[in-house]
Amino acid sequence: MDNKQPEKIEDKLFKLKYKTDTVCHLLPESSKCLQCIDKTCTIICPANVYNYNEAEKKLTVSYEKCLECGACRLICKNIKWSYPKSGKGVHFKKG
Amino acid sequence: MSGDFSENKVDVIVVGAGPAGVSAAITVARGGKKVVLVERGSFAGSKNMYGGVIYSHAAEEIFPNFQESAPIERFVGEHRYILMSEKDSTAISYKNFENKTNSFITIRANWDKWCVEEAVKEGVYYAPDTLVKELIVEKGKVIGIKTDIEDYFADIVILADGVNSLLAKQIGLREDIKPKNVALGVKEVIKLPQEVINQRFGLQSFDGLNHLGAAIELVGGPLEGMLALGFIYTNKDSVSVGIGVCLEDLKTKKIKPYELLEKLKKHPAISSLIEDGELLEYSAHLIPEGGYSCVPKLYTDGAMVVGDAAMLVNNVHFEGTNFAMLSGKFAGETALDALERNDFSSNTLCLYKKKLLNSFILKDLYTYKDVIKTLSSRTGSFLGYYPKKLNEFFSIFTCADGKPKQEKFRKFTLDFFRKRSLSELFKDAIAGIKIVFGILK
Repeated sequence: MDNKQPEKIEDKLFKLKYKTDTVCHLLPESSKCLQCIDKTCTIICPANVYNYNEAEKKLTVSYEKCLECGACRLICKNIKWSYPKSGKGVHFKKG
Repeated sequence: MSGDFSENKVDVIVVGAGPAGVSAAITVARGGKKVVLVERGSFAGSKNMYGGVIYSHAAEEIFPNFQESAPIERFVGEHRYILMSEKDSTAISYKNFENKTNSFITIRANWDKWCVEEAVKEGVYYAPDTLVKELIVEKGKVIGIKTDIEDYFADIVILADGVNSLLAKQIGLREDIKPKNVALGVKEVIKLPQEVINQRFGLQSFDGLNHLGAAIELVGGPLEGMLALGFIYTNKDSVSVGIGVCLEDLKTKKIKPYELLEKLKKHPAISSLIEDGELLEYSAHLIPEGGYSCVPKLYTDGAMVVGDAAMLVNNVHFEGTNFAMLSGKFAGETALDALERNDFSSNTLCLYKKKLLNSFILKDLYTYKDVIKTLSSRTGSFLGYYPKKLNEFFSIFTCADGKPKQEKFRKFTLDFFRKRSLSELFKDAIAGIKIVFGILK
């Protein structure tokens, strides 16, 4: 398919309207991430918010891309999850 | 409560301006009581996503004349089921030519906004850009909400805060959903010219002006072996394509949801329907699919929980928006009753559960209580092996290649049993009987 239907998740998310919150609303307990083998958050997140950097041994959280679905909070008990502040975050124009 | 909070005190607060919340709020307002509808997004619908249709019976219950001004994309004129394998597909289509359509396709951001505008016209106080951080509880009774800015108080708080309902969890009405009881929905809205959609989907006009729409469910193919269904809905000048896939299955199979959707979009049965279209929006949302056994405690002193927050979804029939609207209405009616009696305890609010029990909502969820459980234990069969076999059958049935048919059908039948152990076939048969018997008994 051509670029009118982008395949990469980053390009899909680029179409969305966000009002980015100033603080991160997704707080994984980083010490537990080090021990976590599966790192399921990096797989199931529909917005590819979570990425694990092997070299730095660090989980990066691109909270500004979050679609606020809640999948990560159900799959991992070590993520302190809340909604972005009033009026912040993603705003679907179609839904 | 004392009069200290009189400025910030109303009869009812409804949290969440989706279909459940707006229905609850408008019901309370119609009863002449003061109600505030709070929404964390900047506009109603901004945080919402769904797999396609609103049911007319439910819309009419809340908005009797909705057809005159509601933002309807298309009335559903066809239900199509496409069973896919990797290389072929078989479709079943149902159309009713008397135009007795009972559902319509709408863009949620437009529909939810319209509903709230109607509610405001009927006296609902609407507060967007308002995130409820927690409920205020005093002596075991919910008495108000804490927002980013200030506290508000009410005799009753109705929780319509969606599938994640952190508020229902806060007051112990429910626990977090287990990944096996929830589906992750991901969807793309793809822009195409109206005439192209009408042509590609074979959609007819019912009044010479407006064309009907199609609601399509997709089984197998890239989704094979998972508790997952795909869907396509034709909007007016765009098409929604998506999947609902069990969160647990994504986890165990280590599949990224957007990659799965991408595979589905590339399947030849689908790609020809959406080619040359332009992506307008990608979205994701959870769908509560646990059914009857996962319905939480529905009320407590001073609070009731409605819609997705109460996990009221019948996933077999893609029904959720109608459950949401009617549960909202029932909660609104119960709130009016409680205000009349001046009793906001569970003693009065239990009426809400009675209304749900007496309606199709909890009756249907009860009827289907074992269906999903049974189906999910046999996904490899019902959402994999059999759709594949069905395609194989039709590939033989429709093939003329100068070879005798008997040989081919014999081989098909022998393979059918050879490639599936008797014990597996037996388990499938039992599961099939369980499903049918479970619904009819």
